[in-house]
This record gives sequence, C-alpha cells and structure tokens, in this order.
Amino acid sequence: MNFTMPNLLPAYPEIFLLIMVSVILVVDLFLPQRLRDLSYALSQLTLFGCALLTLDVSFLTEGQITHTFSNMFVADLMGHALKLAAYIAVSTALVYSRAYLADRGLWKGEFFALLLFALMGMMVMISANHFLTLYLGLELLSLSLYALVALNRDSALSTEAAMKYFVLGALASGLLLYGMSMIYGATGTLDISQVAKAIATANPNKTVLTFGLVFLVSGMAFKLGVAPFHMWIPDVYHGAPTAVTLVIGSAPKLAAFAMAMRLLVNGLLDLAVDWQQMLVILSVLSMAVGNLAAIAQTNIKRMLAYSTISHMGFMLLGLLAGVVNGNWLNAADAYSAAMFYVVVYVLTTLGSFGMVMLLSRAGFEAENLDDFKGLNARSPWYAFIMLLLMFSLAGVPPTVGFYAKLSVLQPLLAADMTWLAVVAVLFSLIGAFYYLRIVKLMYFDEPIDTAPIEPSLDMSVLISANGLAVLALGILPQSLMALCYFSIKSL
Amino acid sequence: MTSTPWLSLSIWIPILFGLVVLAFSDRHAAQVRQMALLGAVLGLAVSLPLYSGFNTQTSAMQFSEFSSWIPRFNINYHLGVDGISVLFILLNSFITVLVVLAGWESIKQRVAQYMAAFLIMSGLLNGVFAALDAMLFYVFFEATLIPMYLVIGVWGGPNRVYAAVKFFLYTLLGSLLMLVAFLYLYDKSGGSFSILDWHKLPLAMTPQILLFAAFFLAFAVKVPMWPVHTWLPDAHVEAPTGGSAVLAAILLKLGAYGFIRFSLPMLPDASHALAGFMITLSLIAVVYIGLVAIAQTDMKKLIAYSSVAHMGFVTLGFFIFNAYGVEGALVQMISHGFVSAALFLCVGVMYDRMHSRNIADYGGVVNTMPKFASLMMLFAMANCGLPATSGFVGEFMVIMGALKHNFWIGFLAATTLVFGAAYTLWMYKRVIFGAVANDHVAALKDIGAREFLVLSLLALAVLGMGVYPLPFTEVMHASVNELLKHLAASKL
Repeated sequence: MNFTMPNLLPAYPEIFLLIMVSVILVVDLFLPQRLRDLSYALSQLTLFGCALLTLDVSFLTEGQITHTFSNMFVADLMGHALKLAAYIAVSTALVYSRAYLADRGLWKGEFFALLLFALMGMMVMISANHFLTLYLGLELLSLSLYALVALNRDSALSTEAAMKYFVLGALASGLLLYGMSMIYGATGTLDISQVAKAIATANPNKTVLTFGLVFLVSGMAFKLGVAPFHMWIPDVYHGAPTAVTLVIGSAPKLAAFAMAMRLLVNGLLDLAVDWQQMLVILSVLSMAVGNLAAIAQTNIKRMLAYSTISHMGFMLLGLLAGVVNGNWLNAADAYSAAMFYVVVYVLTTLGSFGMVMLLSRAGFEAENLDDFKGLNARSPWYAFIMLLLMFSLAGVPPTVGFYAKLSVLQPLLAADMTWLAVVAVLFSLIGAFYYLRIVKLMYFDEPIDTAPIEPSLDMSVLISANGLAVLALGILPQSLMALCYFSIKSL
Repeated sequence: MTSTPWLSLSIWIPILFGLVVLAFSDRHAAQVRQMALLGAVLGLAVSLPLYSGFNTQTSAMQFSEFSSWIPRFNINYHLGVDGISVLFILLNSFITVLVVLAGWESIKQRVAQYMAAFLIMSGLLNGVFAALDAMLFYVFFEATLIPMYLVIGVWGGPNRVYAAVKFFLYTLLGSLLMLVAFLYLYDKSGGSFSILDWHKLPLAMTPQILLFAAFFLAFAVKVPMWPVHTWLPDAHVEAPTGGSAVLAAILLKLGAYGFIRFSLPMLPDASHALAGFMITLSLIAVVYIGLVAIAQTDMKKLIAYSSVAHMGFVTLGFFIFNAYGVEGALVQMISHGFVSAALFLCVGVMYDRMHSRNIADYGGVVNTMPKFASLMMLFAMANCGLPATSGFVGEFMVIMGALKHNFWIGFLAATTLVFGAAYTLWMYKRVIFGAVANDHVAALKDIGAREFLVLSLLALAVLGMGVYPLPFTEVMHASVNELLKHLAASKL
C-alpha cells in the first residue's frame, strides 16, 4: 500500500487556524485575567494570518477549483470569498464583544477558543466537497456555538437557550445525516461531485433520492433558521449573551449559505425542480412568520431574530430562481444574488447587534426597544449609524440593503416568478414597519435613559465604519456585486 | 465634451451643504442657518443655467451626463432634462431657498438636522427629475422618503408619529411594486434600465395593463389621487410649515411626473384603455374632494384637500391626451407648486404667532396684519384660479382641453372654479375679515422683513406666471409634442 501525501496547500488557512487555536488555548491557561488582552490580540492576529493565507491560496491556485484530501476538500473562489467575509465578521465580533464581555466577567479564554473553533467549523463547511466533511464542519460549528450560548453559566435564560439550541440542533443534524444516508443509498457515494455525476448518468432510484432530499433540505433549513424550522432562533438570540448572539447571527450564515450551495447546487442541481418547490414554501413561510412576528416584539434581540428569519427567507428566493425548466442561464445571476444578500445581511447584522452592545454597559442590558428612545438626543452620530443600518435592513435606498433586495428580485423576474417577487416586496413592506419603529424611537421620542454613551475608541471607530460601509456600498455597490458574481461564476 | 455638469451640481451641491450643516451642533444655530441659506441659494444659482441655456426647439434630452455606475446590472448614472423636467428642478431649487428662510426663526430645536434634511431632500428631488436611468430614478425617489419621514416625525405636530409612519408605508407600498415593474421591463428590454430605451420597447396589452397598475399604485399614491389620498391630510397637518410646503410643492409632483415619464410614453395602449378610469378618479378628486375641502375647520387640512383637488386636475389634463390638457396640467403643476407652498407658508406665519390652525380661532386678522392679509389675498385668489394669476392659466388650459375631449368632462372639471372659490374664499373670509375675534388676534404683529421677502417672492412668481406664462409654456412645447407622439403610436 503506498501512501501519497495529500496536497496541503488548499487547506493552509485551516491548518494554521487549528495550530493557532491550540496555542491560544494553552497560552491562555497561564495568563492572569489582566493579561487576557493578549489572547485577544493573538486571536486577531490569527484571523489576520488566516486572511493572508486565504489570499495566498487563491493566488497560488490562480482561482482554479482545487480538490485535495481525496476530493473531500475543495478550494474555489466562492470558498475564498466567503472565508474572507467570515474572518472579517469574526474579527468585528471580537472588537464589539470586548467591553461587553469584560463588563460581565465573561472575557475568558474559552470565548476565544470556542469562537475560533466555530470559525474552523465554518471554514470546513465552506470548503466541503464531501458529505462527511460537511457534516464534520457543521458539528464543529454547532458544538462550539452550543457552548458559547451557555457561556454565562449562571444565567438561567442562557442555559435554557443553550439546551433548546442543543436539542433542536441535534435533531436537525440527525435529519441531515438521515438525508445523506439515503442519498448515499441511491447513488452509492458521499462525494458531492460524484453524487452529481451519479444523478446525471446512473439513473438512481428517484423515490429514495427525493426522500433524502427532503431530509437534507429540512436539516439545512434548520441551520439557516427558516420557517417552519425557525423555533430556536428567537429563544437562542434572546437567551445568549449579546456578544454571542452577534456571533451566531453573523458568520455562520455565510457557512450555511455555502452548505446550501454545496449540497443543492454542486450536488443536487439535477433535482432542482424538486428542491426549488420546497424552497418556495420555506421562503414564503419565513417571510410571513419573520415579518409578522417581529412586529409584536418588544425586545430588540427577539425582533432582530425574527428579522433574521425573514431575511433568510428572502435569500432563499435567490437560490430558487437559478434553474428554469432545466435552463441554467439564470444560475450565476441568481446564486451570486443570494451570496450578495448573505454578505450584506451579515454586514448589517454585525452593526445592529454592535449597537445593542454599544448601548449596554456594566449591569445594564439595552435589549428593549425602549432603550433606543431618544438616541438622537443622546448621541446624534450613533443614532445616524443605527438609522443607516435599519434602513438597510428595510431595503430602502441609498443603503446597500436595497441592492441586496434588487439583485435577488432580478433573477426572480427573469425566471418568470413575478408573483413570488410581488409577495416578497409586500412582506418587505410589512418588514419596513418595525425597522421604521426603531428610527421612530430614536428620533421622535424623548430619552428615558440619559446615561452617557462612552464606547472605547476601537469600538466606536469600527461601528462607525460598519454603518458607513452600509451607506458607501449602497452608493457604489458594484465592487461587491462583481466579486460575488465572479466567485459564483467560477463554480 | 467638457461642458459644466449643471445637473450634477444642482443635485450634489445641496446634498453636500446638507452634510456639512449636519456636522454643526445646535450651539452654532446662527452659522447653521447662514450655511444652509448659502447652500440653498447656490443650489438655485447652479440650476439657473439649465433654463438660460435650454434649447426650446428640441425634445431631446439636454445637459446629458452619462457614466457607468453599476455595470453588473447595467445601471448608469445617466442624467438629462427635457422641457418638462427642467421646470421642476428650477421650482424645487427655488422653493428650497424659501423653505430655509421660512424655518429661520420658527425652528429652534435641532436646527442643523432640520436644515440638513431639507437641503439633502432638495438635492435628491433634483435627482429624481434629472434621472434618465430607471434605477437611478428609483434610488432618488425612495431616498427622499427618509428625510421627509424625519421632518414630519421630529418637528411635526402632536400626531406626528402616526402621520410619519403612514406617509412612509403608503409611499413604500407603491414604490415597491414599481420596483418589480422596473425589473420586469429590465428583463423584457434585454437588460437595460434606460428610460429612453423603455419608451421604445414594444409590449403586449396584458403586460402593459399590469405595468400600468404597478406604476399607478406608485404614482397615484404620490399625486395623490382619490381614493389613495388619505395619507396627505395627515402628513400635511402634522408636518412643520417647511415640510408641508415642500410636500405640496414638490413631492406631490413626483407622482404626476412619474405618469408623464413612465406610464404615458411607455404604456400608451394601456393608457388609452384605462383613460376612462383615470379621468373618473380625477373628476372625483376635483368634485368630491372639493366639497370635502369646504367642510374643513383646520386650515392646513383645507389646503391639503385643495391640493388633492388641484392635482386631480393635473391627472385629468394628462389623460385627455391633447396638447392643451398636457401643457395645462404641467402649468398647473408649477402654479400649484407656488400657490400651495405660499398658502402653507401663510398658515405657518399665523401658526408661529397663534399656535393654532383652527379657522374658528381666527377672525379679523386684516386689522392687525394688513400686509400679510393682502399677500394672502393674492394667493387665495390664485388658488381659486382668478385670471392674471398663475392658477388661472393651467386650469383654463385643462378645461379647454377637456371640453375638446368631451363636453361633460369639461363641464365637471369647470366646477372646480366654483368649489375652489368656495372653500378658499370662505376660509379667507373667516380668518382674515370681520371684527377682531379675540385678544390673541388683537395682539398679532404684522409680518417682518424676512417673511415679507419670502411671500413677496412667491407673489411675484404667481403674478408673473399669470400675466405672462409664455416663458414656461415655450420651454415645454417641444417635449409635450414628443410625448403626444409617443402616446399616439401603439406599442402592441
């Protein structure tokens, strides 16, 4: 038996990250609390290193699709782009969380290790070309997140949220595995590209395949958090410390999108007729449930949780418009639109939860809508940033959220699904109401809480940049759109 | 070509000044006001060359600017004006100066944000009128909602939150459907958002009707036409004076402008097929809303309903498809821009002193404010369409056009002269004439130099346009003919 060394190059970022997490884990053990910022600096450095390595890999592979580890792992442009977005999201989350966690005695080594392991899971998911790799990445991500939710172990709310997340998450993983095993049964392979080939040529048992597909889509829907698999989202978002909510609400969405792309588009594109119908139902339900339930919330974390559900529903519209009657002409438009939507959504969510943490301070959680009252009188600048973020979530130009909606609606129209586009815009009209309400609270009402807002310099600079990025990308969206288009086109 | 980009300047100078003003805190209110005025005057100054350099012989787009903006969707920064849109840019820049002046003293809280909102809105509105790319148009069209929402909500009256949210959601509903329509046209035209390309795009009847419906929802809400006008009285009543003036003078024109830029030339067959429907709605606005206006006890509400009735006249003029009607409607839009802004500013003058908009709280104002009373008299007369005021020209032309089209439509349209006179003059009589009603009225001071300047500028515009409307009509002539040509050619 001869053993050939696999080509490690495409996996350099993952390998580097694993080494660094181990280092941080050990180093942190010996650090006293006052030197905790060293772990923080190391984590940021790690992310920076990963970003450089990812750029390096994409440069060395010349953007070509490169497989390694017996086709279990793939490096392509979409993966690189999503990974870079994930580094930025995690790095931003670290900056936003710093003061918040320190105030609550949660600024501990576990946070960095778990966060970076979660990132590792996302990266593996993004690069998975095999059902097993995908599942491993997903579990690594999920297990880290379960633990992160329970980071504040004395809080009953957090513990309850973690339990719920864990039980439902395990159920979803089960569904996913079950679906994978059925597809394995029908096609005889777990390799995603082989699955695609088998479906196209080997004429596998359609019934088993479709059953597998249903389980797969359900499991995926759970991870994305779309209705009717959304029950965990509001509770987890609400129960977790806001810093962790920020983590859950941002980067993992990129990984979930990658998972959907790998499974549905790379693997099961020939079954598009079947899964597109499922996505239509998931999408319309999510937009309905998310937007209607969000109106009734008084807690901003819950409100943003329902808003996530509706946004993920909207994103699915992009995924389902790719193939029309077996015609793939629309595919690059549609999938790159969905990718653009996810990236924009992550950017905006980071800012929104960042604002929630900005208004919180030691012993005070700014999690009710009323805590935003009169923000304009307290700090016009942060009110303006939040205004930009809210209008972006509502999809009002000139913020980037509008182009996200535009780019998803365009392939829908091209696919002759005008009714779906009309449904989508009507629900986003309903959605506009509760984002407007935040603006109303900030600008039209008098403040209840008059404590000064004094964020640290790094937080204040970053959140301003985050808000302005929403505006700047809204005025000049071309670069990001082209990047998404280019990276999907190369698939 | 290296000609001066006047259109870009007229869009971005006010926005730039708005952003600069925003950076000031309220401790520097005096500087903020001066800076805002400078921005508004500069905005007006850079839009004047658009008129002086305008070639009235051609219907082609002038002062065009073109650069690629979002190549991914073939969206371009494409600006240009024809004889129709250039007038609105001028009107808007002019009204902005007046609004800044009108808010000089009456706005005491968050002065910087107030002035910035109006300057930014002014730039965005110029953008709407200048855009020749549908997506650019949409971005400007929607973006105007944000400052207006804040203006109503922050500086408005007691019920401001309700009015602001209603205003925003009502308008958003229409424009979101318009977005779907735009994307449909983008798809059908093979990937172009150019408005001028869409003018030539052949379309079957069913899509035309559906697109017409989508555009109708967007624009009819803005105009506003009966029965989707209900947001307007709320918004007007609650908005601060400047907000009401801009709302009535410019924002309402966006809807009517949308009809002539999109619905009529792009969907001529649907326009013809649905003309009866549109005319009916317009006549209901003229007659029924005219009657509703008579019954109002709140001055702002009365003027708001009068706006709905006058805008009904505008849509009527469009959908009778002859040169009299369309040109009359355009003249009416400009005139209504002056007159309604003036009337709202008049109410603002009284409200600053009395803090009441109720007609019943007034009476005999002429005894204490003679200068003001005579200026307001002129605007009231213009509002009911007295000859030699701007209000007469447009109404007369539309009625002429309607008579040519059908006697009874013309007859019903002409009732506006009766109702208009009834509600305006009756209000004027109750507020201004008679004995001094109470001590508050007795204590009123007449208008100061600043208020006099604002109102007399408007008075000059109203009189000038009424006596000699040619400078306005000759500009629009070629473009209206082109529009009618588009309308006459079937696209089926």
